[in-house]
Amino acid sequence: MRHLLSAGDLDLPEACLILDTAAQLASVTDRSVKKLPTLRGRTVVNLFFEDSTRTRISFEIAAKRLSADVINFAAKGSSVSKGESLKDTALTLEAMGADAVVIRHSASGAPHRLATAGWIQGSVVNAGDGTHEHPTQALLDAFTLRHHLRAGTGDLAGLRVAIVGDILHSRVARSNVLLLRTLGAQVTVIAPPTLLPYGVNDWPCAVSYDLDDVLPHADAVMMLRVQTERMQAAYFPSVNEYSRRYGLDMRRLNLLPPTAIVLHPGPMNRGMEISADVADSSRAVMVEQVANGVSIRMAVLYLLLGGMADEDRRDQ
Amino acid sequence: MTNKSTVLRGVRPYGADPVDIIVRAGVIAEIVKAGTGSGQVVEADDLIALPGFVDLHTHLREPGREDAETIDTGSRAAALGGFTAVFAMANTSPVADTAGVVEQVWHLGQATGLVDVYPVGAVTVGLGGEQLAELGAMATSPAQVRVFSDDGKCVHDAAIMRRALEYVKAFDGVIAQHAQEPRLTVDAQMNEGLLSGQLGLTGWPGVAEESIVARDVLLAEHVDSRLHVCHVSTAGSVEVIRWAKSRGIKVTAEVTPHHLLLTEDLVATYDPVYKVNPPLRTSADIAALRAALADGTIDAIATDHAPHPHEDKDCEWAAAAFGMLGLQTAFSIAMLTMVNSGLLDWHTLADRLSVRPARIGHANGHGQDLLVGAPANIAVVDPSASWVVEPATFASKSRNSPYAGMTLPGRVVHVLKAGKASVLGGDLTC
Repeated sequence: MRHLLSAGDLDLPEACLILDTAAQLASVTDRSVKKLPTLRGRTVVNLFFEDSTRTRISFEIAAKRLSADVINFAAKGSSVSKGESLKDTALTLEAMGADAVVIRHSASGAPHRLATAGWIQGSVVNAGDGTHEHPTQALLDAFTLRHHLRAGTGDLAGLRVAIVGDILHSRVARSNVLLLRTLGAQVTVIAPPTLLPYGVNDWPCAVSYDLDDVLPHADAVMMLRVQTERMQAAYFPSVNEYSRRYGLDMRRLNLLPPTAIVLHPGPMNRGMEISADVADSSRAVMVEQVANGVSIRMAVLYLLLGGMADEDRRDQ
Repeated sequence: MTNKSTVLRGVRPYGADPVDIIVRAGVIAEIVKAGTGSGQVVEADDLIALPGFVDLHTHLREPGREDAETIDTGSRAAALGGFTAVFAMANTSPVADTAGVVEQVWHLGQATGLVDVYPVGAVTVGLGGEQLAELGAMATSPAQVRVFSDDGKCVHDAAIMRRALEYVKAFDGVIAQHAQEPRLTVDAQMNEGLLSGQLGLTGWPGVAEESIVARDVLLAEHVDSRLHVCHVSTAGSVEVIRWAKSRGIKVTAEVTPHHLLLTEDLVATYDPVYKVNPPLRTSADIAALRAALADGTIDAIATDHAPHPHEDKDCEWAAAAFGMLGLQTAFSIAMLTMVNSGLLDWHTLADRLSVRPARIGHANGHGQDLLVGAPANIAVVDPSASWVVEPATFASKSRNSPYAGMTLPGRVVHVLKAGKASVLGGDLTC
């Protein structure tokens, strides 16, 4: 594995390797000295063209726990906004000797472009691109599901997962559908028809417009953030109507089987897609998702960079 | 022009038996038995003569974006592609929405002289879609504009479109519509389908084209005027146009070479060289477009040659410009998709690449059959040749060809424009 661009690029053994590695690395977090020397001397650049404090910090902590040098490059402008172009930024990072570039970008495919256009040699990790993918989020979600519902080992065969909300614009949903499928789970996406992508019926998942129908048969439900701006573009008539039809409140929580858990990639709109009492309930695992995010990102960086021998991989 | 004769020795008009075509004083003076013509001989054994190609849709970028293309470099690319006439779209800077700008383009084209450059006039001021440009002034200028288009933008306001269609009847003009319903294509990046959902790129649904085509053919029928549909890209548009023609509506249509060959699957690379508007569609659309071009529902192949400097393509997909080069590859793509597949023969290919586009745009002197007395606008091609596309060698100032590295069949060898060689042996004469 050279880059991590799409959750769809991972086959079952690779996905399980990442999850297993994350489980091992998670123990580091329990030590008083939370550091491994694995990536000493390696440079990881967090290249964020979009503001995302939580994802950036998660990658930063992950890299630091592996002893990598971390550079945070908050590129305010992109070539879209007439700032420095992605290419020139990439060439700059290459000249400075970045071993891995963790990129968040508003343009779908920007990480793919960074990895394939010949601008840089290092590994590229997609930390969220436009409305395309967010593979480490899917991995940390899978890790969380496995921990709660599969005793922390193996795949997710037979697990029933409902993903609810703005599937159309969600990179989290895309990566989750692909990865959960690889891990053997049965995914249902639930949204108003306006927030489902064209062609969703050919995705490797089931599709429903009715949340109440799906919840009694779900082992886990993943609520997606819905931006209120979508209302202006007529994706739904009002926040209240959205919340009534697709929000997770206590009544709906009680439709779930008793062991089912609730996930949310954050940040949450309390009162919109999820009610405050559900968000604060014992069924909600959002805080664990954040902690697991660090372990997953450690595993990804470790496998991309540490898997090589100690010689500088750039010389090879 | 002199009275000296040029002889295309042993050439096969439309692929028929070899003859000598003798060109004198800008016209085809005689067609005689192969090997018997006298004059300055241009060897054309086993080569095929076709009327010089006419491109209804190019972007020559001048004035305003001379870093991407100029009328001179675009004319060179056109000549090398077998064209003797091109229509230069109006979305320049300033926009070709006044007699002054179209005259400038016309004169620059004449000064280069390799092809006849017919300026297209904008339909609305600044391509803004709100106020009609001075279409009459452009029509009566020395450029004698007959094709009007806001290409790059759709004349989306139905009332403006109706008035434009009506107004150009006074000088037998035609409105060439870039059919794209703007509200259905906000931030659109690629064909809307399964793949756009997977790639997370905003979809450009076929219905955004088809709904405008449907509206416009009905408007053209209502006001009894001429509509030309630019770069038809979907099977649905083909059906609408076929229906309109069956009703006798005065609609014509063009398809680009890339929409005859390339599918949306290429977008999965996120390489912006494949970013074009309208977007690459599906293999089902390609099949419908080829069939429509074969049966004449679509009248013409037009390149939508759209040069862009390297930096506008060497970036992330969303930031990249729409468009691809087409002039120097059009004939080969047409041969590959239409002739080699058996859908067109050389006669009907000439009809779609030359005769009909010339008629649609009133490019007088172009698109005439290779008969004695016709203006000597002739493309001589080698159907047995093949070549590897190397954009670095193109005469165009830009390099954004989606065919780079591909081996294509057929090669343009000689081109005569008004009896004068613009291309000999595959090279420009000046």
